[in-house]
Amino acid sequence: MAVDFYPLWNTLRISAVSCVLVFFSGIFFAYYIAKLPGILKGIVDVILTLPMVLPPTVCGYFLLLLFGTRRSLGAFLLQHGIKFVMNWYGGILTSAVVAFPLMYRTARGAFESFDPNLAYSAQTLGLSNTYIFWCIRMPACRQGILAGVVLAFARALGEYGATSMLIGYTPGKTATIATTVYQLWRTNNEKEALFWVLVNLFISTCILLLVNLLENKRKIRRAEE
Amino acid sequence: MSLEVSIRKRLGEFCLNMEYTASDGIHGLLGASGSGKSYALKCIAGIETPDAGRILLNGVTLFDSERHINLPPQKRHVGYLFQNYALFPNMTVRQNVLCGLHYEKNGDRKKERFCRIVEMLKLASILEQKPCELSGGQAQRTALARILVNRPELLMLDEPFSALDSHLRLNLQMEIRDLLEKLQKEVILVTHSRDEAYHMCNDIAVVSRGQIVVHKDTKELFAVPEKIEAAEITGCKNIVAARKAGEHEVLVPEWGNLCFTVKDKVQDSLKAIGIRAHYFNTSTPMNRHGIHIVREMEEPFETILLFRYEGQEETARNVWWRIPKEKRPREFPGEIGIASANILLLY
Repeated sequence: MAVDFYPLWNTLRISAVSCVLVFFSGIFFAYYIAKLPGILKGIVDVILTLPMVLPPTVCGYFLLLLFGTRRSLGAFLLQHGIKFVMNWYGGILTSAVVAFPLMYRTARGAFESFDPNLAYSAQTLGLSNTYIFWCIRMPACRQGILAGVVLAFARALGEYGATSMLIGYTPGKTATIATTVYQLWRTNNEKEALFWVLVNLFISTCILLLVNLLENKRKIRRAEE
Repeated sequence: MSLEVSIRKRLGEFCLNMEYTASDGIHGLLGASGSGKSYALKCIAGIETPDAGRILLNGVTLFDSERHINLPPQKRHVGYLFQNYALFPNMTVRQNVLCGLHYEKNGDRKKERFCRIVEMLKLASILEQKPCELSGGQAQRTALARILVNRPELLMLDEPFSALDSHLRLNLQMEIRDLLEKLQKEVILVTHSRDEAYHMCNDIAVVSRGQIVVHKDTKELFAVPEKIEAAEITGCKNIVAARKAGEHEVLVPEWGNLCFTVKDKVQDSLKAIGIRAHYFNTSTPMNRHGIHIVREMEEPFETILLFRYEGQEETARNVWWRIPKEKRPREFPGEIGIASANILLLY
C-alpha cells in the first residue's frame, strides 16, 4: 500500500502556524480583557469563547461570509493574490478560529492565578511594564500557558467542520488528516481510512499525555510553594 | 524627610479619608484588618489611585488630583515590602536582588552595592536558591535587600512579620529595627498587632474605618489612648459606655450605675471608660465594688477571671481580670478595686 503522506504534512503545518497565531492573540486578549470594566468584559468574553461551543460548521459559515471570493473582504484580498477559500492556508484560518478559545481560556486562568503583588512590587522597584510582562508574569504562568498551547495545537490538528467548508478536500492540495479520513470512508477505502485514524489517534494521545504531564508539574510546584 | 498624605477614596460602602504626615523615624499604622491601612500604602506607592487629594514626598508631588499629577509607581521611589514578600518565583535570590539594582548601569558600582547589601542582610549562603526553598526569615531578608538596594526615599512595610512563626518574630523584629535605625530611613509600618507596633515604632496612627483616629507617640498612645478605637486596638479588654458625673467622677450605667473616681479631669464629651484587664487590684481601697466571678480561663502563665459587678445589667458583657498564676487568690474576693489613675477616659 503506497501511502501519500501529504495530509500529514499539510495538517502539521496548518496546526503549527495556527498555533503560533493563537498563542500571541490568546495571550493578548487574556491579558487585556482582565482590565476591561465588568459588563464589557462579560460580552467580549462570550464572543471570544463562542467558537468553542458552536458547531465548527457554523464557524465555517461565518468565515465564508467574510472570506468568500464574492464577499467584499474576500474580493479585496483576492485582488492582492490572497485566497483563503480552497487553498491550504485557509485551513490556518479555520483551525485558528476554532482553537483560539482553548488558548485564551487557559491563558486567562493562568493570569488570574498570578499573584498581583509580584507585578506591584516589580513596579515599585522601577522595572518597566514590558520587562514585568515577559520576565516575571510569563515565566510565572509558564505551565498554564504551555498547556494552553498544546491543547490549541491538538484542537487545530483535529479540526474538520470549518475546514471542510472553507477549503474543501483536494488531494495533494488541501487534504488534511481529518478530511482524508472522511473522504476515504466515503469512497469505501476502509483500510486506508483506518491507517489515518491510527495516525491521528497516536498524535492526539501523545499531546494529551504531554498536557497531563504539564498539569502535574504545575500541581507539584504549587504544593511546594 | 517628610511625607504628606491627604487622600479620599470611595470603594462601595467603604470610604477612605486620610490625613497623615510623617517625618524621620519608624511610623506605625495600626488597625484591624479591613480598616484601610494597606490600601493607604498602596495609594502612596501608586498601585491604587485615590479619587481626590494629594501626596507629597520630600517636596515632590506624587499625586495631586487638582493638578492632574499621578506618577506611576516606577517613578515614586517608594519601597514596598509585601506581606508575602512577593519574591519573583522564577528567579534566584541573586537575580531577585539584582532586580532592585537595574537602575545602576556602571558595572563596578553595581557589584559593590550588591556585595554590601548581601553582607548586611547575610544572604551569601542562599544566593543561588529559589524563593520556594527559603524559610520565612530568609525570604524576608531577600525582599528587604531587593528594596534597600533600590534606594527608596520611603520604605513601607505591610504586615512584615505576620507570615513568620511566632517564635522567630520577636528576634526578627529586633534585627529589623536595628537595621532600620542604622539606615536612618523613613519607614511606615502597617500592622494589626499592637505588640509589633509597640516594639517597632516611634509613633503610631490608629486607623479605623478608613480614618486616622489618633496619631501620637507610641508610649503615650498605650498610656492615654484617648479614643475608643485606640483603646480597643491597643488591647484594652474592658470598654464600657460612661458619662461625666463630676469633675473627677464618671458614672457607668451598664454596671448598675456604679461611680468611679478618676485622676484626670473629665470632659463633657466623655463616651466611655476603659480598664485594662491587668489593672484590677484586690488590695487598693479606691473604687471598690462588689463582684461575683462567673468563669475562669487558664493561660500558660496567667489566669483570666471573668466577673460581673453586683447589679450589672444582663446585656452587659463580662468584665476581664487578668492575673499572674501565682497571684491568683485561693478564695475569690467579694469586691475589687481599681486605682483612679488606671481608668482610661475615652472620647
